[in-house]
Amino acid sequence: MNDPNAPSKCCCEQEDRRSFQAKLSIGLSAAIGAMIATPGLGFVLAPLFRRAPHRWRAVGAVDKFQQGGTVLVEFEDPSPRLWAGVTAKTAAWLRREDDQRFTAFAINCRHLGCPVRWVEKASLFMCPCHGGVYYSDGTVAGGPPPEPLYRYRTRVRDGQVEIHTAAVPLTTTITLEDV
Amino acid sequence: MIPLLKKSWDWIDSRLGFTDCILPIIGHTVPRDARWWYVFGSATLTAFIVQVCSGVCLAMAYVPGGDLAYASLRYITEEAPFGSVLRGMHAYGASAMIMLVAIHLAQVYLHAAYKYPRELNWMTGVVLLFAVLGMAFTGQLLRWDANGVWSVFVATEMASRAPIVGPAISHFLLGGETVGGSTLTRFFVYHVFVLPGVVIAGVGLHLFLLFRHGVSEMPDVNQPVDPTTYKPAYEARLRETGVSFWPTAMWRDVVFSAFVGAVIVGCALVFGPPALDAAPSPANVHSNPMPDWYFWWYFAVLSLLPPALEVWFILGVPVLGFLALFCLPLLSNKGHRAPSKRPWAVGIVIAASAGFVVLTAYGYRKPWSPDFDVPELAPSVIGATEGPVFNGAQLVHSKSCLYCHAISGSGGHRGPDLSTIGQQLTRDDLIVRINNGGYNMPAFASSITSAELTQIVDFLMTRTGDQPPVPSPAP
Ligand code: FES
Repeated sequence: MNDPNAPSKCCCEQEDRRSFQAKLSIGLSAAIGAMIATPGLGFVLAPLFRRAPHRWRAVGAVDKFQQGGTVLVEFEDPSPRLWAGVTAKTAAWLRREDDQRFTAFAINCRHLGCPVRWVEKASLFMCPCHGGVYYSDGTVAGGPPPEPLYRYRTRVRDGQVEIHTAAVPLTTTITLEDV
Repeated sequence: MIPLLKKSWDWIDSRLGFTDCILPIIGHTVPRDARWWYVFGSATLTAFIVQVCSGVCLAMAYVPGGDLAYASLRYITEEAPFGSVLRGMHAYGASAMIMLVAIHLAQVYLHAAYKYPRELNWMTGVVLLFAVLGMAFTGQLLRWDANGVWSVFVATEMASRAPIVGPAISHFLLGGETVGGSTLTRFFVYHVFVLPGVVIAGVGLHLFLLFRHGVSEMPDVNQPVDPTTYKPAYEARLRETGVSFWPTAMWRDVVFSAFVGAVIVGCALVFGPPALDAAPSPANVHSNPMPDWYFWWYFAVLSLLPPALEVWFILGVPVLGFLALFCLPLLSNKGHRAPSKRPWAVGIVIAASAGFVVLTAYGYRKPWSPDFDVPELAPSVIGATEGPVFNGAQLVHSKSCLYCHAISGSGGHRGPDLSTIGQQLTRDDLIVRINNGGYNMPAFASSITSAELTQIVDFLMTRTGDQPPVPSPAP
């Protein structure tokens, strides 16, 4: 009855209980955290796993374009969000080479992506950001850009010029097929 | 009435513990030499409070959707009562915050207040600095005009240069492959929930650490920091000569904060918010992306660097800058604090500020870019009103030479000034240069006829100095 070990036994038991309670609380907290975080992480990280879509978009009737001329054509992004508004639009510099052949350059400078302008009289694409310059065939003429302007695929269907559009290209993540 | 008020206050105070717990904190003792040097931290906090208050109000009318954001900004700026003032306060408050954070950082660094035991004060401060820069950057996109949209494009393009993880980082930031509807909603969340959360938590910790370790004294050459004896000695000095923070030391903070607040509101009232650029459209090529002023220096560096170094710089500066600042107190947390004993520190602050000013000015003038808006040369500059020299001058404009080269003060600055080119180069040299191009200059051989080339060279040969040029005779 008067076991001298009794109190310590009792404490040992308590010790066991306490460590169980601690482990239970930590484990359950982790579970709560995981329950809350998993859908959120999936939601937020989803763009990393989306495949960049491509879509053919018509940009105008063939006859609209003059041979040898380079013009800006606007078209809709291949996968705009419903609420994208003006940002659903993107553009390309389109040149008519001959009857059936068209070349389409992305408007984004290969340096850091600023919009390049076509300067007709000088036959150059110029970038307003850091002075990148390209020749009419998209190759680099000067300034920091490391590579020629991107080209989109083009084709003529039912009298319409079509561009195989991609999202406005980030130069390092471009997914065009024929560059 | 008065007894009732007093009774109510006592009731609240006994529950809240204002007198017991909070008063001692704000009345804690600080070194008596904590004077005007110390006001920048609290002023930064004041600017942040301006940002929170004006931001909360703006968020009540702002629509973070690609289709309506621009219209809601127009509404805030043009129609909503006080809308324009609030937008102005938010914009100038951001500038004020960046400036004050930088000054606060420089002051703490110069006085080496990051040394023992305040290492973590400094480290939380560095995290806050980057969070504030992040707020400034994300805020720029929320303006949702052409400039904001293109700036974000450039920034994510830079991020995507990081090896392996780069594209993932930029897709994550943008919420997709391109700047579009999901980018705005994402940036709204970074700007309004995520980063302010980080800043508020960071400020809380920063202040807690301030109270825990006490305000640092002004550096004294005779008191180098020795971690083994610092704390007792600091406390002994405080007991002897300290003053209470509230109100003996704090009034200066309040005076300076009031000044900062008045400047922010004053600028908003007098100058109004920054003008909105054209509506954003990735299809609009007529925009000249320019970040807000505190990033101009970086913009300038990007155009001055040789391309081979660029990627290293783009990725290295933010990452190494953060690491160097963050780890500073771990590398040196004892020894002298006085600037007179730390010439390197003084040198670094001077060099960094000078570099910032010079590069910012350079970034503003953007001499590396073609200047698309240069006017044609005046006949008085050309020295002719017809003939080949005149035609040559017209071609120099239309072939866009003037976008990059200046002649007698008009034109771009990307390339060398051509005002005296007729003295420096021969006719043949000029022809070779124009045809073949050169470092950073396009070759024009395929885009000009030989008649055009002759006229351009005729004109350039007349550029021989400041004396009024004499028209050359027709060939
Ligand atoms: S983005 Fe075109 S030159 Fe830098």
